Amino acid sequence: MSPAVDVKTLVIDGVDVSARADQTVLEVARENNIFIPTLCHLDGLSDVGACRLCLVELKNSPKLFPACVLKVEEGMEVITKSDRLLHYRQTILELLFAERNHVCSVCVVNNHCELQSLAQSQGVTHVRLPYRNPQLPVDASHERFVADQNRCILCTRCVRVCDEIEGAHVWDVMGRGIDSLVITDLAQPWGESTCTRCGKCVNVCPTGALFDKSKVGSSHPKYPDFVPYLNMMREGR
Amino acid sequence: MSKIKLATVWLDGCSGCHMSFLDMDERLLELSSQFDLVYSPLVDFKVYPELVDVALVEGAISSVEDEHKIRHIRKHTTLLIAMGDCAVTGNVPAMRNPFGPLPILERAYHENASAQQQTPGRIVPALLDKVRPVHEFVGVDLYLPGCPPSADTFFSVLTDLLAGTIPNVTSLTRFGA
Repeated sequence: MSPAVDVKTLVIDGVDVSARADQTVLEVARENNIFIPTLCHLDGLSDVGACRLCLVELKNSPKLFPACVLKVEEGMEVITKSDRLLHYRQTILELLFAERNHVCSVCVVNNHCELQSLAQSQGVTHVRLPYRNPQLPVDASHERFVADQNRCILCTRCVRVCDEIEGAHVWDVMGRGIDSLVITDLAQPWGESTCTRCGKCVNVCPTGALFDKSKVGSSHPKYPDFVPYLNMMREGR
Repeated sequence: MSKIKLATVWLDGCSGCHMSFLDMDERLLELSSQFDLVYSPLVDFKVYPELVDVALVEGAISSVEDEHKIRHIRKHTTLLIAMGDCAVTGNVPAMRNPFGPLPILERAYHENASAQQQTPGRIVPALLDKVRPVHEFVGVDLYLPGCPPSADTFFSVLTDLLAGTIPNVTSLTRFGA
């Protein structure tokens, strides 16, 4: 007899679904082909609930909850689409565009960018907030890769993949709030850091913040699908 | 039915949006039976008419002249469309914003000039401190992102507008498209 599995039943957008007790609302929604937009979440990495795009409503609560870190509960009623949620998701995307210098037309990942495609899918046609246009550094000291802080949205996928999958923990976050920056080692140039040159951070970066020097124009598709594959292959070792 | 009065305006952009507009090719003929082009870099009228039904504005607001023009255009236009990423986001012209106009002028007219280094200050309009999208100055009725929006996007949007419906822009185009 197989060990008993703790099963919960809940409702997402009016659909009855069942889930294992250790699953998140985001996982269960995706298993049932219910689309919740995400940006900092990446299959195979830990979740931090940083970007807030996956916010959902729960019936009988005035609060909003990030679906990526919300564990399922028996009888839960989740709403993933509403005017209120769309308003917040659009505002979050607009804040990201306004915060640094995102110029899609001249970006190396134009047409391969998660921020750009989310703006389109969430109906963002313009940014209602004034652009901050800060002066930010570009680190091209690495022989293969470039870190352009102008395009970083602080999702911390690079930090997590470097720590959790590569095991090197070269990337981390420096500073607070709007002044935060992703850094290599103790804010040393990437090219002089303890980087193993594996390129995982470049492939999980949702924007053009981390890119490969050998790619020019707007021909930089990213392939983040290797993360769950690596995890699967390492299981049972 | 009387024809719609259409204007196109070229502020701080590369004219690529106008090129893409012309790339509608023979479809322009099809549409042109329904509008009169009353003001545009493509035609010879020098004065913006008293009342324009639809204006397509290309380019960001970068100089005191751009600002003056866009306020005048808004006053005399029913439906103002921000055409392309420069008008919608600032785009490439706004890449000078982190530095301000002076270092840019210095670079262009002094460091990179081999003769007669001088910053232009007469006849040409003064640059604004920051390049801004159109909607930070005047109300915009429709946003058409893209660098440039494709000819298909233009055709679809104009067809909808001429039929009296508001197009679903994000199904057609996006930033950087």
